[in-house]
Amino acid sequence: MGNAVAIIGSGQTKHGRRNDVTYPDLVREAVQAALENTGLTMDDVDGVVYGSMPSMMEGVAMTHFYFADALRTVGKPMMKTETCGTTGMSLAHTGYYWIASGLADVVMVVGSEKMYEGDSQATMSTVMEPYYLRSFLAGAPGIFAMQVHEWTARYNIPSEKARDAAAKISVDHHMDALDNPHAHIKVKLTMDDVRNSRVITYPFRLWDICPNSDGACAIILASAKKAKKMCKKPAWIKGIGFCGDEYWYGDSDKVSWKCAMEAVKQAYDMAGIKNPRKELDVAEVYNPFTFVELLHYECFGFCDPGEACDLALKGVFSRGGELPCDPSGGTLCTNPIGATALIRVAEAAMQVSGLAGDHQIPGANMAFAHGLGGLSEFNGIMILGSKL
Amino acid sequence: MVTFDKDKKPIIKTEARITYELSLGPAWHRFFEGLKEEKILGTKCPKCNHVLVPPRSFCSHCFVDMEEWVTVSSEGVLVSWVLTDYEYFGMPTKPPFINSLIRLDGADCNFLHLVGGFEIKDLDAVRKHVKTGMRVQAVWRDEKKGGIMDIMYFKPI
Amino acid sequence: MTKNYGTLKHTVWLPYNFAVGPVFLRFYEGLKEGKILGNQCLKCKKTLVPARTFCPSCNVDMGDWREVSQEGNIVSWIVANEPFLGMPIDPPFIAALIRLDGTDCSFLHLVGGFDTDTLNKKIKKGTRVRAHWRTEKKGHLMDIQYFKPK
Repeated sequence: MGNAVAIIGSGQTKHGRRNDVTYPDLVREAVQAALENTGLTMDDVDGVVYGSMPSMMEGVAMTHFYFADALRTVGKPMMKTETCGTTGMSLAHTGYYWIASGLADVVMVVGSEKMYEGDSQATMSTVMEPYYLRSFLAGAPGIFAMQVHEWTARYNIPSEKARDAAAKISVDHHMDALDNPHAHIKVKLTMDDVRNSRVITYPFRLWDICPNSDGACAIILASAKKAKKMCKKPAWIKGIGFCGDEYWYGDSDKVSWKCAMEAVKQAYDMAGIKNPRKELDVAEVYNPFTFVELLHYECFGFCDPGEACDLALKGVFSRGGELPCDPSGGTLCTNPIGATALIRVAEAAMQVSGLAGDHQIPGANMAFAHGLGGLSEFNGIMILGSKL
Repeated sequence: MVTFDKDKKPIIKTEARITYELSLGPAWHRFFEGLKEEKILGTKCPKCNHVLVPPRSFCSHCFVDMEEWVTVSSEGVLVSWVLTDYEYFGMPTKPPFINSLIRLDGADCNFLHLVGGFEIKDLDAVRKHVKTGMRVQAVWRDEKKGGIMDIMYFKPI
Repeated sequence: MTKNYGTLKHTVWLPYNFAVGPVFLRFYEGLKEGKILGNQCLKCKKTLVPARTFCPSCNVDMGDWREVSQEGNIVSWIVANEPFLGMPIDPPFIAALIRLDGTDCSFLHLVGGFDTDTLNKKIKKGTRVRAHWRTEKKGHLMDIQYFKPK
């Protein structure tokens, strides 16, 4: 398994429309925040891993060069990793591998995006080749709506029930974001507000979908030796998992979704988790679309297939429920893609370390963080615990 | 040159327009030639026997070369669909349109294309015509260019 | 010779709105007034141009904005001959790293005022150059038309 690794702190920008700063300054804001929150300097850091969406998003290629100053990588080992929406999770995994291997003691990982500077859907569509898929899959909403439609048909979920369950999730998460100082969208919604908002790609309406956000997140990971010295309550990495589907969209079964189920199996096996809904105290699910979040609950074993809508409507996955999901508001309220999965890890770590402030889930000892990427084709997981 | 956005913050507006010329390779080439003749071709894996459409040079599960070519039906079952009614910059297919996953008869994977043949007015009107599980049939363009849009759309039958 | 199976031509066309931020904005406004502005690191006292938000060596905020000299020495240069798609400046042209007097980093811009062949023979490391401005300024780096060898 390798050496024990913990997250000893993190920093986030104020996410949203950050037309007040250039991109390097935005990245620096997260790095400064992480250093301030941990009381460390760059001299304490052995190396840096950085990632974001493909360069076309902001029109500057190889952004790890552009951010050499902001990331303080000059003179240090560094690496870039880019796996679309799962970038943040890949960053956390890469930092984990560096330390678990015994070759580094303290690593900083940083993810960022400045979505307002580009056209997000036009850029995302370049993830598909132009011979075939690019003509049809209308950006991210198109891909995921296709998946949701297949799911409701497979389990005979009445569209009204799915609609209500998704609306409840939207209302709850937007409410949760009000308690998160970093979150982008802060708005109080009713079920009718969600149900009656503009159709984007049926069944997704405006409030079922995440915003485009500018933002960055930096996390500092450490070996057991350093973590015990540098941090009062480290968040120990108990399990990780990552899995991908085929490229060709029509080849995969996106309902009995192999890459999601396989990724959680790797993480649960490593962490020794047999009954996730009972053993996890909080989950930060990567949830850019409300309906897909419900499907994820089923793939993650939080409930049986076809059951998620009923349980969501009962409040099982809301704050105060059996397994609170996304008390930070989640991706639904804040989505700077290159940072988003890393923000899930940061939020999960904050929960376990007791640092989540107004959106703290009391007594959280085991937290689940998730990243989702590509054409609905990558899932990455990290499980954090308060005990070594 | 600096201009100002709706929040009166200074920005630089610019565009990247980059042209590419991608090699078709033998699989796409033969598939597109088939479309010109109103045939939808697939390849069959010698190991798992799955027929994949569009055809590939190798099976994505077994990782072996796929050399056996078959003609699949131009008809199939609608597995899933999406009504898209928003537009992003430079979108190749102009909305509104219905993109869909179709299991063509004879294929072992789903094929992505459009459903059409009726006015796409609003969601309720579309839901009268389009139902998951219904059979659909390819409708071809008169003038073919050897590309995926030589099929104009799939119509409900 | 490999077999030609044909090609698919495709254009990717993406729009961008880059946030300029207050530091670049002020730098561009300086250019509109025919000034090259730099600023100084409050810790190491290096003067950098274009002006920056933070010092890359010290990671502290920059302050003390100043107008830097419009003359300097050539540190290095290239002659660009080959065009590529979307090139902002049509070749042939000479781009150079110039150490403007009183600054602690090199500034990238064009060298001009003569035809490219003449320039290429004229300039060497250490050649003194001076900014030559356009009459109509827009608040852009190209408000300086080029740096001319003295």
